[in-house]
Order: sequence, then structure tokens, then C-alpha cells
Amino acid sequence: MVHKGHTSREFDRELRQLRDKLLDMGGRAEQQIALAVQAMAKRDVSLAQAVIDNDAQIDREELAIDELAFLILARRQPVASDLRFVMLAVKVVTDLERIGDLAVNIAKRVRDLARFAASALQERIELLGQRVLAALQLALDAFVHEDAERAEKVIEGDRDIDALNMHVIADILSTGDGIDVADVARVLALSSVSRYLERIGDHATNIAEMVIYYVRGRDVRHHIARPRG
Amino acid sequence: MNKLEVDKLDAWFGETRAVKSISLAVPPCSVTAIIGPSGCGKSTFVRCLNRMHELTPSARSEGRVLLDGEDVYAVDPVYLRRRVGMVFQRPNVFPTMSISDNVLSGLRLNRVRADYEAILERTLTQTALWDEVKDRLEGSAVGLSGGQQQRLCIARALAVEPEVLLMDEPASALDPIATAKIEELIDELKQQYTIVIVTHNMQQAIRISDYTAFFYLGELVEHGATEQVFTRPAKRETEDYVTGKFG
Repeated sequence: MVHKGHTSREFDRELRQLRDKLLDMGGRAEQQIALAVQAMAKRDVSLAQAVIDNDAQIDREELAIDELAFLILARRQPVASDLRFVMLAVKVVTDLERIGDLAVNIAKRVRDLARFAASALQERIELLGQRVLAALQLALDAFVHEDAERAEKVIEGDRDIDALNMHVIADILSTGDGIDVADVARVLALSSVSRYLERIGDHATNIAEMVIYYVRGRDVRHHIARPRG
Repeated sequence: MNKLEVDKLDAWFGETRAVKSISLAVPPCSVTAIIGPSGCGKSTFVRCLNRMHELTPSARSEGRVLLDGEDVYAVDPVYLRRRVGMVFQRPNVFPTMSISDNVLSGLRLNRVRADYEAILERTLTQTALWDEVKDRLEGSAVGLSGGQQQRLCIARALAVEPEVLLMDEPASALDPIATAKIEELIDELKQQYTIVIVTHNMQQAIRISDYTAFFYLGELVEHGATEQVFTRPAKRETEDYVTGKFG
């Protein structure tokens, strides 16, 4: 048997289109996080506003991907790896859209932070931002290369992201950052940003889990071993 | 215990080996779908299960087929075919017979003494035909629609009280509504009967079967739970066939 594309070239084209749209949206989500963290670091309110404005494009991409996935399901009734791929698209698009929303949330906190000077706490959050961005990039790389091992690294790395977030919260609780009552707004904004970044890390993990499902046909979510048929 | 056990089955047409050393078990009260491209040996395989293959001139087979542990080649083929009924692609009603005679023809041919009226009502009810034909049981069977004729053929197969039903693309000549009725019927029949169905319609295999076997060039490539075969097939050839990358 010769291995090649689908007998229906149109089906091949639809799947390629779905993949390309997901990658475009993933790239945009990556960019949104990078810009939001950069806006926080530079106290750049106009850059933060650009992040907020860009979100509409991510929302439009979500709708377009959902519509294409829906059409493929209705037209092709995909099975096996094609079905797993469409399932991946439907799930991952939700994660990417949420990542976009969380980038907007970070951008909104930048407005609150703009009037305060940078602090050691914020530097720790910037480090967290870099780690989260790297996790999302790795998850999308794993998707592009259909590489379950890279996806596993994302899942393993999420522990470090959670730990960094916990450090931020611990710093705040121990007032190690010199917090006084007047500083409450700043600290609240920073703790929110930390939490948003941690959530983005969780979405990157979700994407990685779906890549493993697509590549290996194995559902690794929630660490529950499922019987194989 | 499996209802059917096939062990290293080979089937030939003259010098052509159409089925190659296939071993396969079929649990009772289940539906097993046989899928694969045209000419892969799936119909020949199914016809070996009730020894219809040997009716073709120059055809022969080797290997073992056990029905409830008993070698089917060691029993009277007529008796075997009562236990293992068959439904074909095109409804083959007897055109000169009434609806009623069609259903009861197997019993009459075998001179089985039974309550014919009760059997007629039971099998036509089982196949969801009773309400549609009860007022014209003595009318000609060819007056029925294609879907009704196919259900009549299934009723005829059920009348002799088989344990296994072999179906060779039973819905491929039917419209979507008639197909849905046959599929619904298969779902009900599997409570009582063991069903092996050949189908070209992959979505149908997914809908109705518990197990799927993929045949290619006379060989069994993969056999497993339908859910597994269609979501994460173990073999690359199965993946390519079910996703339509076959060439």
C-alpha cells in the first residue's frame, strides 16, 4: 500500500487550512503575551492598549476555526488521526482564545501599574512571563512537528511555572517586597498578573496534552489512565 | 466462549487464494463489521462461515471454523445454514411468492413443524414490518419497497431461528431512511443473535458494530474494538484506509 495524502484532495486542503489557521492564531496569542509582558516591564500604556485592541482579531480567528472544524466534521465525518486532529483544533482554539483574554487582562493591569516604579517582585513576574511564553512556544512547536515528546516537556515544565507563581504570592504574603497600605493597588495588580500568567501556562499544558492525544491517540489529561479499546 | 472461532482460514477460487490464513473470534450477541477495499476477500470470508463458499465451482477452503466449538465442516451444511443465516446485498425475495410464503419458505423447505402464524408475526414484528404488511400478507413480495424487501429477507432468515446472521452489505442498495431502519434492526437483533456484517460504509461500521476487522489483499490487517479501530488504529494500513488515504 502506498502512503500518501487523502484520495480527496479537497479534504487535504481543508485539513491544511485548519492547521494553518490554528498556527496563525497560536502565533498571535504568543505575540499578545510577549507584548503584554513587555508593556508591563516598560510601563507602556499605549502598548498595553494595542494588546487590548488586538484581541478582536483573536476572537475572529476563533470563530473562523470553529466554523471550519464544524464544516469538516459535517462534510467528511473524519476518523482516526483526522478525527483526533479536528478534536485537537476544537479544543486548542478555546485555549488560544482564553490566552488572548488573559493577555488582555495583563494589559489592563498595566494601566494600574504605570504609576508605580518597577520592583523586585515585578522582575520575578517578568521571569514568569518569559517561562510562560516559552511554554506556549514549545507547545505550538510540538503541534507543528507532531512531536509528543516536546509536548511532554511542556507538561513537565508547568510545575516550574506553578512554583514561580507560588513564589510571587509568598513574597506578597511575607511583605518581602516592602508592601504597605498605600501599595495595595500595585500588589493586587502584580498578583493578578502572576495568576494570569500561571493560567496561560495551564492553557499551554492543555495544548500539549491535545498534541499527545493527536500524535499517540492517548488521553493524558487529568493523569487518569483510560482503558484502551 | 466465542460464538465463532476462525482458525487459519484459507479460501481459493481455482488457483487464486482470496482469503489468506485468517484467524478471528466472534463473541456471542455482538456485531462484527468486516471492512476493506473491493476484492480484499471479505465477502468470501463471510461465505466460508456458513459454507456457502464451497457452492461456487472451483472454490475450496482450508482451516477451521468453529461454531460453539464445533467444526462447521463436520456438520451437515443444510443444518449449518439454519444456524448461520445470510442476508445479501440486494434483497432477493422470491418474486412469485406472497409476503407470508417468503418468510416461511425456509421452514417449509426444511419441513419444520411449527406454529407458522406465530413465527410470521414474530419475525415481521422483529423486522418492524408487521404494521406495514399485516393487511397484505398474501400479496406479492415484489410490491414492497427495496427497504421493505430487505427487511423481509431478514425476517425470512430469522424464521428458521438462526444463532448467527451473516450480512453482506445489506444496506448498500437502500436509501438513507431504509438504511437507518436496517441499522436500527441490527442494533436490536444483536441482543439475541451474533452478527457479522460486510460493509463498504465506514460510518455504518462505526454506528452499528462492536468489533471491526480490516481486510486487505485477503489478509486480516487489524481486528479490534470498533471504537479503537476508528479513533486510534494500531496499523498504518488501517489508518490509511479508514481516513481515505488509500492508493
